[in-house]
Amino acid sequence: MGRQLLLDNLDKPGINTLSGYQQTGGYESLKKALQMKPEDIVTEVQKSGLRGRGGAGFPTGMKWSFLAKPPGEPRYLICNADESEPGTFKDRYLMQHKPHILVEGMIISSFALGANTSYIYIRGEMMYVYHILQKAIDEAYAAGYLGKNILGSGFDLDLHVHCGAGAYICGEETALIESLEGKRGNPRIKPPFPAVKGLWGCPTVVNNVETIAAVVPIIRITGEEYAKIGVGKSTGTKLISASGHINKPGVYEIELGVPVEEFIYSEQYCGGIRNGKKLKAVVAGGSSVPVLPAELILKTANGEARLMTYESLADGGFATGTMLGSGGFIVMDEDTSIVKNVWNFSRFYHHESCGQCSPCREGTGWMYKILSRLLDGKGETKDIDLLWDIQRKIEGKTICPFGDAAAWPVAASIRHFRNEFEQYISKGKSDVKHYYRINNLQES
Amino acid sequence: MLNESGLLVESSKINIVANNKEIKFSDDALALTEKLIKRYPEGKHKSAILPILHIAQAEFDGWLSPEVMDYVASLLKIQPIEVYEVATFYTMFNLKPVGKCLIEVCHTGPCWLMGAEDVVRYIEKKLGIKNGETTADGMFTLKTVECLASCGTAPMMQIGETYHENLTLEKVDAILDDHRNAGVRRTHWEKEKIKP
Repeated sequence: MGRQLLLDNLDKPGINTLSGYQQTGGYESLKKALQMKPEDIVTEVQKSGLRGRGGAGFPTGMKWSFLAKPPGEPRYLICNADESEPGTFKDRYLMQHKPHILVEGMIISSFALGANTSYIYIRGEMMYVYHILQKAIDEAYAAGYLGKNILGSGFDLDLHVHCGAGAYICGEETALIESLEGKRGNPRIKPPFPAVKGLWGCPTVVNNVETIAAVVPIIRITGEEYAKIGVGKSTGTKLISASGHINKPGVYEIELGVPVEEFIYSEQYCGGIRNGKKLKAVVAGGSSVPVLPAELILKTANGEARLMTYESLADGGFATGTMLGSGGFIVMDEDTSIVKNVWNFSRFYHHESCGQCSPCREGTGWMYKILSRLLDGKGETKDIDLLWDIQRKIEGKTICPFGDAAAWPVAASIRHFRNEFEQYISKGKSDVKHYYRINNLQES
Repeated sequence: MLNESGLLVESSKINIVANNKEIKFSDDALALTEKLIKRYPEGKHKSAILPILHIAQAEFDGWLSPEVMDYVASLLKIQPIEVYEVATFYTMFNLKPVGKCLIEVCHTGPCWLMGAEDVVRYIEKKLGIKNGETTADGMFTLKTVECLASCGTAPMMQIGETYHENLTLEKVDAILDDHRNAGVRRTHWEKEKIKP
């Protein structure tokens, strides 16, 4: 196991309380940060090479440096805890077990950005975590880490937790801002970007839970030390949510650069495919990223070992590669139907489309219907081309990246598993055993 | 502008009646509402709408009737349409009555890989209802939902605020039996957690 900067000390009793967290060095980074100049904290985060851990992988320090600072206007920091990307559960795990690392990260980051009011937007389904965070925030106020003149620094901060109510789209940062303003979660047209006009029209930074939490160890060990972990531009550690047909599902903190093969098969991580089955395919970064067949997830098209880094997973572009995304690592064994899997994802995107942009609103429904037709044994050969055509006409033609996220899984499934689509069409309902198995029906 | 009590309007002046019963938050819910509104800058109180609608579901039998939404609009001093358009966008708000226990089974990606369909089919058979329906005794409503971020402990379902993970059919039996015996209404913002 590599260095543990976020999930360290999880075995210590009371790590979810202020005193337990403090006994493991908690809030020492805050004390150090408050002795620094805010701009030096931004520089430290830039040096660390930390990239947004929500999925996009945009350099955090650069995002922070874009924040407009018009005099007399408040600035806001919002933590995106609306973790809803299928296959991703790392933020919930971290917040549930170590809420104070997020609170400490929020205070340091707010200080760096000059925000005096900050919000953690958590999805409503995780209401029990909302209460855990509220308790941690209450403890931090009582200890003088929040409120007026924090630890005598002259810095004031109010931190609030806010709950959503069931909408995947609110993980998109401008939809999240709309939602926090008390409206429907419709993404905004950009520009202006939130860094200039965000929450209530004020300059705003939105960062993922894991990103904010990573600021705590970065301040502790310095950005330079953090950047030494990992490979190239993939620095530091990353939480990977491992699920599906593996022996040991769970959240793993890896040093970026671990080979994918080691991650899947080693006892330290996923422990191999369960029931002695063979690996068929992996969705490496949450449902939105392209699915890859076993041979391409383990090795790049050039035959090099694929690594758990932003660059290595993307090697080969979408033709033969994928993305690290949110780190939602979904493993499928040899018995899995790729067509049924992408049908499932398409239902998800159809359900979650906010409906603002026609290509996404209509296209996600069409894809779901066509895939349902295929599963029902009523598909025709032209349906595969039709699916391809629809996803092409969604990608890049919507206000927010949701359209791309809905298109990519369909495109990748056809690209790498076209023969399976053809089989569904040629066999139809004639192969009863096959039909019942894919539709999970009991033969009677 | 906030009045002395911190609320936007005198809650006692709101008069909305449904089925001959006045729609009114409990004192604890009103105090919590007051506290939540203060988390947002003056004039931006509409931001509190999502948490307040969660509280409203806990206060009024797990769903939002038009009258309850009108009441929330009055509390926040906004137009009823502003509440309706929000309530209809977010899937956690029930716009029809639901059973005491809303069983929400995740059916997305990883949960599907791990047998969510079996769980749904089992519950349908056990309770004699289809997805989306409520049992005749008003105890259970079954609803499939999209990914609840519990993929490593799939399959899973949520009842109230509780995540029931690594489900087996035996576990489902035990959980549903417990709830039937307790007979208590469960909501995402649990009623006992409505405290100022």
